[in-house]
Amino acid sequence: MIIAGILDTFGGAIEFIFQRRPSDAGTVEVGGLGEIVNLAGNHFAVSFLAIVISIAVSVPIGLWLGHLGRAELLAVGVANVGRAVPALAIIGFCVAFLGTGFRNLAFALTLLAIPPILTNTYVGMRQVDPELVDAARGQGLSGFQIVRQVEWPLALPTIFGGIRISVVTVLATAIIAPAAGLDSLGTPIFSEEIYGDEGVLGAAIVVALLTLVTDAGFAFVQRLVTPKGLKVVAREKRRPRLMPTSIRRVQHP
Amino acid sequence: MSLIAQSGGFLRDRTGDSGCPSNNGICLGWMVDHLDRYWSPFLEHVVITLIPLTIGFAIALSMGLLAHRQKWLITPLTGFTSAIYTIPSISSFLLLLPITGRGNDTAIIALTAYTLVIIFRNVITGLAGVPQHAVDAARGMGLTNRQLLFRIELPLALPEIIAGLRIAAATTVGLAAFAYLAGAGGLGANIDADIDFRGNVLVCGVILTLLAATLDFIVLSIQRLLTPWRRAAA
Amino acid sequence: MTRSSLRILFALLAVIVLGAFVAACGDDESSSGTSTPAAQPAKSGDVPAEEKAANKIAPVDGAADVALTVGSKDFTEQFILGEIYSQALLAAGYKVKKDLDLGPERIADAALRKGAVDAYPEYTGTSLTSAFGVKVAEVPKDPMEAYAQSKAEYEKVGITSLPTTPFENTYRLGITKKTAADIGNPTKISDLAGEAKNLTINGFPACRQRIDCLLGVEKTYGLKFKKFLPGKQKFQILNNGDADVTFVFTTDGELSSGKYVVLEDDKKVFPPYNISFLIRDEVAKKLGPEGQKVITDVQKYMTAEIVQELNARVDLDKQEVEAVAADYLKQFGFTS
Repeated sequence: MIIAGILDTFGGAIEFIFQRRPSDAGTVEVGGLGEIVNLAGNHFAVSFLAIVISIAVSVPIGLWLGHLGRAELLAVGVANVGRAVPALAIIGFCVAFLGTGFRNLAFALTLLAIPPILTNTYVGMRQVDPELVDAARGQGLSGFQIVRQVEWPLALPTIFGGIRISVVTVLATAIIAPAAGLDSLGTPIFSEEIYGDEGVLGAAIVVALLTLVTDAGFAFVQRLVTPKGLKVVAREKRRPRLMPTSIRRVQHP
Repeated sequence: MSLIAQSGGFLRDRTGDSGCPSNNGICLGWMVDHLDRYWSPFLEHVVITLIPLTIGFAIALSMGLLAHRQKWLITPLTGFTSAIYTIPSISSFLLLLPITGRGNDTAIIALTAYTLVIIFRNVITGLAGVPQHAVDAARGMGLTNRQLLFRIELPLALPEIIAGLRIAAATTVGLAAFAYLAGAGGLGANIDADIDFRGNVLVCGVILTLLAATLDFIVLSIQRLLTPWRRAAA
Repeated sequence: MTRSSLRILFALLAVIVLGAFVAACGDDESSSGTSTPAAQPAKSGDVPAEEKAANKIAPVDGAADVALTVGSKDFTEQFILGEIYSQALLAAGYKVKKDLDLGPERIADAALRKGAVDAYPEYTGTSLTSAFGVKVAEVPKDPMEAYAQSKAEYEKVGITSLPTTPFENTYRLGITKKTAADIGNPTKISDLAGEAKNLTINGFPACRQRIDCLLGVEKTYGLKFKKFLPGKQKFQILNNGDADVTFVFTTDGELSSGKYVVLEDDKKVFPPYNISFLIRDEVAKKLGPEGQKVITDVQKYMTAEIVQELNARVDLDKQEVEAVAADYLKQFGFTS
């Protein structure tokens, strides 16, 4: 009976996504692709802005600190603990100080997205085999060139791992946007009496799908950007070999 | 005669400045005086953080070891856990409600799932990252599979696994702040009940940050104890 | 300044203000003709000693065998009401478990019908429109009629709806004093007619589509606002100017600060919203007439002013809900 009920609601949710219907309160019409696309557009826009800004902020800092090997406590410890600050607190605080609206919400989400990206960029840089860095230095490469040609490509998988985690977190948190003055896919979830159980489930499904697609998109970009040599190594690592390999393990996100 | 005057002090006149809390400021002095109201929710928060971490770690480790031996399991399990991860946490609490009812249990189930996802990923990566030459050397020395696991693979994979545990700990502390939506306890209810009150939000944020920092430190210390041969690299 | 000297200063301020009120009072507080002299003290919180003594909740026989779970919805006033009812029943000897903060009305209603909670306080208007799907336009404007209709509907599903509180907590539109001055000092919602197209209005997310919220205001008053801003922190939003108007509750604690102007609902869009304590029939029977009387007695003094004061103590003074509820019960002699 519970299963039947769940399947029922599930079917209703799919219907909600594609078809306009009267709201549960019998007032206006809700649902349908038009509204979903509109809400999803807002949802995605504010998330995307937050991710882009957080990457622009975290990656350079992580690269620099990771290359120098400095400030591990900041880059990893503080950033990791930063993940613990509840999204609700960040958003509530921002609304109290900055006010509501798209820009302020994007700011709050950016704060939320920074910790995983900063941590992973730093860790990715530190994971690079020091012998390779020494060899490069021996060849006369400058610090900047080392970062660009040696460390960055090797650290990429880990960095992307961090970005993907942030993407998931931000997309999930953008559900609270209606409480901060912006309509998003959270609007049906917070207006259950209007959109009904089907609406809540439908919105949740769309968020999940959006997250999957975005995550897959970043995975694709990651594969594009990873140097071919590493992919060969990764493939060979999966095959048991008798000869030892000398390159240290590559991080798979 | 106005109502306030008649009330004999029960109705208070609030037209003047009623002090810091009424203006929703940060009110450090007031907060220090009233810290006791955060104690009980804090303890609940600790409970709904530690239980999912422990159970999630146990399950993730088992799943990871299984998948390491039966390599064909890696793809489906990774796919399954990734799918769970994409379910927004807020939704998961609300979706579980009709099935498991209100209370701590629902929150713990959902939080265990997220913890599991994070740690499982790192278990797999950690075990896969064990250098092949170490495995070969061990086999060459005649170690059995179990000895290989406990003496070589797990110790070398430990830093990666512990890194996952640290991330999971911090993330769970943050996610547990939404547990109140499912009828559980925790500081999330405190934040939501007076989200305008900046002092309140600030104190809750600070408490949770300190909790995460403490957990982080404990886990890191355990790692340093278990792997004395490594400089704990993040 | 030390805390104790601050306290003395506030006390002095309070006395001066009270004194000023008393002096300036004279005849301009002539109350409406329908209120009897006995009702006046009750409205304000000052109750004669004999009445207080008579109010004391006496333990009910056999109460210790009755266990019930009292719930509430998810905002301050509901927490306070849930606490007051729970503490009153506890004083009478019943075994009460509290499960406040269930969520919005749909979740609370579902919890009650399924038996997850045994009782919770609900507003008559909300019961009719949300639980029983009555169209807002068809909800009786008279509070007693609305209660009668709601009670009858609840009987059909096995829930007892106890008599209502004196206060009602309904929606109004609120603006800051500054905004009021800017747009010509309106006193009622119809006064917004010309200005609405320049104003941003705030409400909780579902308000936009509810006929007992923005939708009703738009239709009945013919107002078209510039923009709807969803958001929970309504007074914050008004204060920092993100919106010009918001939907307030008539008993919101913040309203007692005098910083806001509440506009009258002259076309009567909003239905009556008095509180009735809803109990599942089996539990209502176990409570019996004495148990139910505890509830209706404790409600006697819940006027709009007093409930607003209680809300203000939690929302502005940041007192604990339990303490505020306990103070209410002590003030009127229900507990000592």
